[in-house]
Amino acid sequence: MTGNRLSGPLDDPAGDAGHAEHPPRVGFFTDTSVCIGCKACEVACKEWNAVPEDGLDMLGMSYDNTGSLGANSWRHVAFIEQPRSTGRQDPGFLGLPTGPTGTGLMADAVGPRLRASERGGSELGTGPLDGPKAAAEQPVGQPAEDLGMPAFSRPGDATGPESRTDFRWLMASDVCKHCTHAGCLDVCPTGALFRTEFGTVVVQQNICNGCGYCVSGCPYGVIDRRPDDGRAQKCTLCYDRLHGGLEPACAKACPTDSIQFGELDELRERADRRLAQLHDLGVGEARLYGNDPNDGVGGDGAFFLLLDEPEVYGLPPDPVVPTRDAPSMWRRAGAAAAAFALAGVGAFVSSAIGGRR
Amino acid sequence: MYRQLTGPDPLGRGAAAESPRYAALRPRTESADRVADSVCPYCAVGCGQRVFVRDEKVVQIEGDPDSPISRGRLCPKGSASLQLVTGPQRQEKVRYRAPYATEWTDLDLETAMDMVVDRVLDARERGWQERDEQGNRLRRTMGLASLGGATLDNEENFLIKKLFTALGAIQIENQARI
Amino acid sequence: MGSNMAEAHPVGFQWVIEAKARGARVIHIDPRFTRTSALADTYVPLRAGSDIAFLGGVINHVLSNDLDFREYVAAFTNASFLVREGFEDTEDLDGLFGGYDAETGTYERDCWQYEGADQEREEPEGASPDSPSGDDDSEMDKERTSPMGSGAAGAPLHGATNVATDPTLQHPRCVFQILKRHFARYTPEMVERICGTPREKFQAVCEAWASNSNRERTSALVYSVGWTQHSVGAQYIRAGAIVQLLLGNIGRPGGGVFALRGHASIQGSTDVPTLFNLLPGYLPMPTAGSHETLTDYLDDLRSPTQKGYWTGADAYLVSLLKEYFGDNATAENDYGYAWLPKIDGDHGTYRTVMDMVDGGKVFGYFLLGQNPAVGSAHGRLQRLGMANLDWVVVRDLAMIESATFWKDSPEIETGEISPQTCRTEVFFFPAASHVEKEGTFTQTQRMLQWREKAVEPTGDQRSELWFFYHLGRKLRERLAGSTDPRDEPVQKLDWSYRVDGSGEWPEPSAEDVLRRINGYRTRTGEPVDSYLELEADGSTACGCWIYSGVYADGVNQAARRKPHDAQGPYDRQWGWTWPANRRVLYNRCSADLDGKPWSERKKLVWWDADEGRWTGDDVPDFPATTPPRYEPPPDAVGPEALRGDDAFIMQADGKAWLFAPHGLLDGPMPTHYEPHESPVSNALYGQQGNPTRKVYGRTDNPSNPAPPELHREVFPFVLTAARLTEHHTAGGMSRQLPYLAELQPELTVEVSPELARIRGLTHLGTAHVVTSRAAVQARVMVTDRMSPLWIDGQVVHQIWMPYHWGGTGLVSGDVVNDLLGVVADSNVFIQESKVATCDVRPGPRPRGAALTAMLAQTRARAGVTVETGTRIATADDVPHVTHTEDDTAGGTDDGSTDDGSTGNSAGEQS
Repeated sequence: MTGNRLSGPLDDPAGDAGHAEHPPRVGFFTDTSVCIGCKACEVACKEWNAVPEDGLDMLGMSYDNTGSLGANSWRHVAFIEQPRSTGRQDPGFLGLPTGPTGTGLMADAVGPRLRASERGGSELGTGPLDGPKAAAEQPVGQPAEDLGMPAFSRPGDATGPESRTDFRWLMASDVCKHCTHAGCLDVCPTGALFRTEFGTVVVQQNICNGCGYCVSGCPYGVIDRRPDDGRAQKCTLCYDRLHGGLEPACAKACPTDSIQFGELDELRERADRRLAQLHDLGVGEARLYGNDPNDGVGGDGAFFLLLDEPEVYGLPPDPVVPTRDAPSMWRRAGAAAAAFALAGVGAFVSSAIGGRR
Repeated sequence: MYRQLTGPDPLGRGAAAESPRYAALRPRTESADRVADSVCPYCAVGCGQRVFVRDEKVVQIEGDPDSPISRGRLCPKGSASLQLVTGPQRQEKVRYRAPYATEWTDLDLETAMDMVVDRVLDARERGWQERDEQGNRLRRTMGLASLGGATLDNEENFLIKKLFTALGAIQIENQARI
Repeated sequence: MGSNMAEAHPVGFQWVIEAKARGARVIHIDPRFTRTSALADTYVPLRAGSDIAFLGGVINHVLSNDLDFREYVAAFTNASFLVREGFEDTEDLDGLFGGYDAETGTYERDCWQYEGADQEREEPEGASPDSPSGDDDSEMDKERTSPMGSGAAGAPLHGATNVATDPTLQHPRCVFQILKRHFARYTPEMVERICGTPREKFQAVCEAWASNSNRERTSALVYSVGWTQHSVGAQYIRAGAIVQLLLGNIGRPGGGVFALRGHASIQGSTDVPTLFNLLPGYLPMPTAGSHETLTDYLDDLRSPTQKGYWTGADAYLVSLLKEYFGDNATAENDYGYAWLPKIDGDHGTYRTVMDMVDGGKVFGYFLLGQNPAVGSAHGRLQRLGMANLDWVVVRDLAMIESATFWKDSPEIETGEISPQTCRTEVFFFPAASHVEKEGTFTQTQRMLQWREKAVEPTGDQRSELWFFYHLGRKLRERLAGSTDPRDEPVQKLDWSYRVDGSGEWPEPSAEDVLRRINGYRTRTGEPVDSYLELEADGSTACGCWIYSGVYADGVNQAARRKPHDAQGPYDRQWGWTWPANRRVLYNRCSADLDGKPWSERKKLVWWDADEGRWTGDDVPDFPATTPPRYEPPPDAVGPEALRGDDAFIMQADGKAWLFAPHGLLDGPMPTHYEPHESPVSNALYGQQGNPTRKVYGRTDNPSNPAPPELHREVFPFVLTAARLTEHHTAGGMSRQLPYLAELQPELTVEVSPELARIRGLTHLGTAHVVTSRAAVQARVMVTDRMSPLWIDGQVVHQIWMPYHWGGTGLVSGDVVNDLLGVVADSNVFIQESKVATCDVRPGPRPRGAALTAMLAQTRARAGVTVETGTRIATADDVPHVTHTEDDTAGGTDDGSTDDGSTGNSAGEQS
């Protein structure tokens, strides 16, 4: 049982974490092929969990003004405009007086602002994320269409490759992955982060001292500290609602059932069926992400059906829990132990400067 | 720490780490004193809402899973209904702006009602038309107008139309013509 | 088509997603690639304002390839009816139908009538709604002839049973052949020229639509009410309905024309109308002159010889009067009919606002959950109108722009309004929210749903029910001793609604109001169970006949909430749908001539021969025991006169109208006219725009020039506006909420990469959009979702803006509706706000006096005068007359320039 305690497939993370009698592991299957980008998930999450407003600034990455997951955005809907088509969808631009695509212009304008944001990434796992910018600039297989400014031409003059015809608008609601091997939890020195009986990962606000180790422990750049009190924040998969037998607020609200909540085993079966259906319908690029127990985090409790490479959505292609390799695991464990020893100090400092509520 | 080292959670990441407060967490909807069946106030789809009330305060609004229209789902606006009804933008007092005034002042609700009654009668009188040039009966006033109703209840629209019609006011309109 | 359903009705869109998962093909036809397009199988672009050309092309495809559902069409529509000799089509008259009068801009419509109908009709004394008399006030005349005065079923049809028909559909004057000729030039090539939709693409839509419409399959057409916001709005809907009728998609499961409306009870506020031309249940408001007495009114409403349930209109009206006036309504006094005020033209919201601006006509204004300073077209006109009133009462949840116009409207900056000179008294009453009061909303599929009160409102917050009940109570107290006859209706009003609580100001009972809307027997107070029980003898009272049944058995049927998974597919025990809890209108059409479902797969209601009645999954929309092959006796009238295949039971002839012999002001068939403001000439006719559209030619309501006028290059682009998911209408319920405001914090203007290059616009840069009315600043969104189109050989660019921003709230911005002028559909007086022309320029807009000067200069450059856009007739061989309101206007010369006086008449007064 202990063999895969820190990496690799693990059938029963809750049991492994000491929950003797526990309910089945639950999670999210987010089918982005039916996401309409309405952001009901973002709002329903905030209403239920009283997550503060995250700033009234304009980001302008298509219809995305949230930018990324963070302490004050536990759900984030990404919008990706791309000059390529999905499956047999007819985007309708053939024969119109179009010039080259403008998706690069959007990415050029927004990308630096995303990069400059303090959010996301870590020195562990994968490198810092570029957000959707990387995606928009480098759609797989067709990089040439996206890069640089278009040649000068009058609209309507363009023909052939200079005339955009393919297009799609991808939308996807991102969330904490509730990893089987959760980097945030592994490095948390205070025990604030813990594995619940549902197999999910939750930060206990009454314990978190704001040390921030978890932020760099997350291979997805999800967990984040709230500026006011410094405590780590992320999706709890509505732990309180689960206790009451309710589904999480986002999944409940989702108008098109893009976000599906349920027992993980059943969700994985459902996802396989949906994937097969889409492949039958000619959507060859559909793929699952985070469903594989053999991946670098032992599979995600929240996994996705995507219509392109994960990078396109701002997701790391090969996330790895920082504790996977034994030597580094012990290094981290040592660091965690050291941090644990300092935890009391941290709490004292934080309390002394009035940071705690 | 002791529980962690001897129990089934040797790494201290699960049961042993859970604080009593978190172990005891329950959805706040469970402690509601009552639940009202309602309908979303935004667009015309008519999604079912359930309004959870505790201590005479609305503590949560979410979709009604029984609804054949919405099956429990809500869009971002419907999901923001709690903020809509409990947020600080809600005005609670009557406000009055006198002619040429540069600021609002307060006004007692009953006084305000009486002032509106006066003004309705005055505007009605000044805009009254008994007959047109051909002598056809009009029996109406052009002195006052009303706009609104698409966000209101049927019962409210009924009384609005009935009262204005009796007063002879005809310029009664709503969003349906916009 | 004409709907961004995923954006504006996301939760309703779950059913589209579900249908798609079950194999349905979703085609989205729209000027932009939207959230809906993203989930559709096919996106089809078209130019804003060209939908009738597109739909006309579909009609032409169906008719010229014999793809119509012939059995259905022959049985249930008026395809076989003959039209009078002498009917002239748009093909004959360069885009006009016969009967056009250029002086008044109206049609004399008798020449559109059926052969055999209306022959022995006697004209009532005085003005008739069907035949313009010798009245020389052309505008009044235009409005008096409006079918708005005719209520739900349009004008009555006399002698409907005498109409000549040709069941073979071959007669050159039968509706089928007339329709076919009318649309014959709407070819794929023509659609491509007008709409910009590539012809192959258009052809594919036609084939998909037609091939998916038959006994086994149905297609649904979804529009949102932006379709109505055109100068030909009513005909947009007609065009969609004609396609669906020809393909047999009405009254059948999976078919229909879905009108997705945008406010929680906008359907209810049309049924139980707060509208100037209607009484509850689509009964018309009485018209001055022609409706002097109750008998005049009823005779004009329906003919004693017509078919169907509208013949019961006397019972509906008398029962309404009994609800209004209670025991004071008696047979002797015609149930108080004379107490009703009379209308005599356009009293719509835009007319009223212009009267406010002009001063001396309107003194007070109630705004009830409505924010015209942001949400109505030509926002500046709205604000100037309010600033010229004695008083305004605003009732809303939060402070909105229409309550604060006197201190923070954009006109403060231009000096047109200042608090020190604005005399308008403003009362702001905080309103109770939807959880703080009980009552019913009627949603977009006619379903009434009761809301329970969750909590009491706080402070001075009150329901509209409270406000109007007590306003009425106080007014009645004040007028109790009056001897002035004009106060009689107020004194005689039955205001005896039950109240909950005690004291002087208790909350009235919404349930009691609903009970009285449902109707009851006046002697016993016992509720009626349906409108079939209503009588014209005063023995019943009913506030809205179509809602009769919502309180059947004394039970609030709208409050029923049987879970959807605990009942059948039509959820008949959830809420209550008018009429008669029927979910699919005209569902008789779901069965064939023998009353059998067209197919097992598409069954809904059918004739049960053993029981001798109609039955099925839905409440049958037909007389319950009239057999499918029934032939009524020749002297039958009303419901008894319905044949077994007269599925359209409210129509005077029992048929769906492919051709409307009556009821529409601008033509018996839809015709493509260019929008009021268009960058191109009408490719089909010399008649450029709707020849009956309502133009308000005023200096404060200028139009951008459109062909054949010159200088349209000043406003070269097509502007369209719509909603975002994250906001709601004028923003009072969204821009004030942090969780919504943060999702879309700023006003944007969406442009294509091609237009961005032409105008030097950069993504997230600032730009301003300019029309002859206003300049509006926004952040630029350069997106591949927008695309230029080839229109008749030239490239036409379209831009899009959401319209939710104003000056108040957590996030604020310019008012997009300020860009629009006011021009309206002649049938219903809804403004054309879905399409206009504009320019877009980089950088911020000028402010203050510089803005006023820039706009004046732009108008001058475009040659805009008060007459621009008012020559509504442009067809050959008719006089091209201007239709302006200003005394100074006149003549027909082109090119005179405006010296910047536009709009300042209102400014001077405020």
